[in-house]
Amino acid sequence: MEFGTFLWTTLGAVLTLAIFSFLYKDNPFYKFAEHLVVGVSAGYWAVILWHNGLVPNLLERLRDGDWYLGWLNSSKPWYLIPAILGLLMWTRFSKKYSWISRWPISMYIGIATGVAIPLEMSNRVNKQLYAAMSKIHWDNFFGHGFLDTAAAYSEIIIIIGTIAGLIYFFFSKAHTGAFGTIAKIGIYILMIGFGASFGLTVMARISLFIQRIQFMHEDWAVVAFEETNPNYGWFQFFFWLVGFIIIAYIARELYVYIKNRDKQMVKPS
Amino acid sequence: MKRQIPVLLVFVFGVFMIFQYFSPHEYSEWIYKFLMDWIYIIGIFAMALGIWSLIHVSYDKIKNKRHDWGYSVVTLAALFIMMFFGITGFDENGEWGFYFMTQEGLTNPMFRNFFNHILVPIETTMFSLLAFFISSAAYRAFRARNVLATMLLVSALVVMLRFNPYFGEAVGLYMNKIAAWLLNVPNMAAKRAILIGIGLGMVGTALKVVLGIERGYMGKG
Repeated sequence: MEFGTFLWTTLGAVLTLAIFSFLYKDNPFYKFAEHLVVGVSAGYWAVILWHNGLVPNLLERLRDGDWYLGWLNSSKPWYLIPAILGLLMWTRFSKKYSWISRWPISMYIGIATGVAIPLEMSNRVNKQLYAAMSKIHWDNFFGHGFLDTAAAYSEIIIIIGTIAGLIYFFFSKAHTGAFGTIAKIGIYILMIGFGASFGLTVMARISLFIQRIQFMHEDWAVVAFEETNPNYGWFQFFFWLVGFIIIAYIARELYVYIKNRDKQMVKPS
Repeated sequence: MKRQIPVLLVFVFGVFMIFQYFSPHEYSEWIYKFLMDWIYIIGIFAMALGIWSLIHVSYDKIKNKRHDWGYSVVTLAALFIMMFFGITGFDENGEWGFYFMTQEGLTNPMFRNFFNHILVPIETTMFSLLAFFISSAAYRAFRARNVLATMLLVSALVVMLRFNPYFGEAVGLYMNKIAAWLLNVPNMAAKRAILIGIGLGMVGTALKVVLGIERGYMGKG
């Protein structure tokens, strides 16, 4: 590994440790990493929105040739309208004129909600209803063994579970009698679903944790101890520098803890 | 005037976009594409407003030397450094310069290094940190107090333990099959009910906004 790459990897390792240090308590290393990521992330999105958003969708359309000031001579001058509307959003900073910012916002909301209504019905509600009403394969009931039989009932369980789940969320009628029984089946199905989703989420986070540990071990610690590397001395220096900072911080925390404990033990005269 | 015009705008554009969906006419398609471009551009300006707000808040904190103001310096420095690298770079002749209208900045090695070695490690670690908090919350919440809580606990445990190598081949195979069944059948039914509910809820809320019943987007004043 090259020297520069190792330095960047060390920075990644330090920031990983800084974030993990939050498991102990909120501390200066964590706060530093937290504020750093806010700045870097905002900067990253500003650049991406400029290069992939504003330039191709507005500026490129407005400029004909290379003469930028000739925007009004552009073949698509109507793109100045969303630009002006976008700029009107900045009136939010003025107490007197902040009401003007409602115009672009309401236009945005109007278009977005208008698009969402048919799309939500088509892509979410109708698609799910269509899938729920698919044909039941009755021949599956003649399987062998417990799991095969369970699988055969699956299609029926999905239909009943979906209807029962929807009924559980219907609060305009009291959950009593037959309606209440179906709602109860619904909550059982929902609980199993929530449990399974929770399990999947935990496993996804554990996978990320394993990946971070692998990064710290294979990409950083193992490389730092490769004696054949021409920069071995420098790699060792940076590795132990990080180690020293961690040990110094732990020692400081211990010192503060012991000092506070001794103070509490001293009885007031 | 201050409140009526926004409500009218939402109604006109909202109703137009609903009816546009059902019209396959060429002009309708053209206006749809045109308006989508418009809101994309307005959205970018709104994002810029957010970034400006971050600068403003951080600057204010530094200026008034509020608690932990030093960290705001880190935020601002990181923001400006990232933006600087994003608009500078080397062209095909290896010449360094500012590139506002072309994408040399996105291939700038420093911009990539900041992304790969600062943004990615921190964001990945923050998400992995949630594993600990979720587990600790689960330890406190997942008590087999009644049938419902037990069902939640058992299905979560089965899904979590299905890849456990200590179970051996036979038990592992069954655990995998049960976990797959839990995910594909009861979980599917629950998700389907929730998705249908979310879809209907979103349509209901969107209709309230279009018809001017819900006006929270206008704020006060």
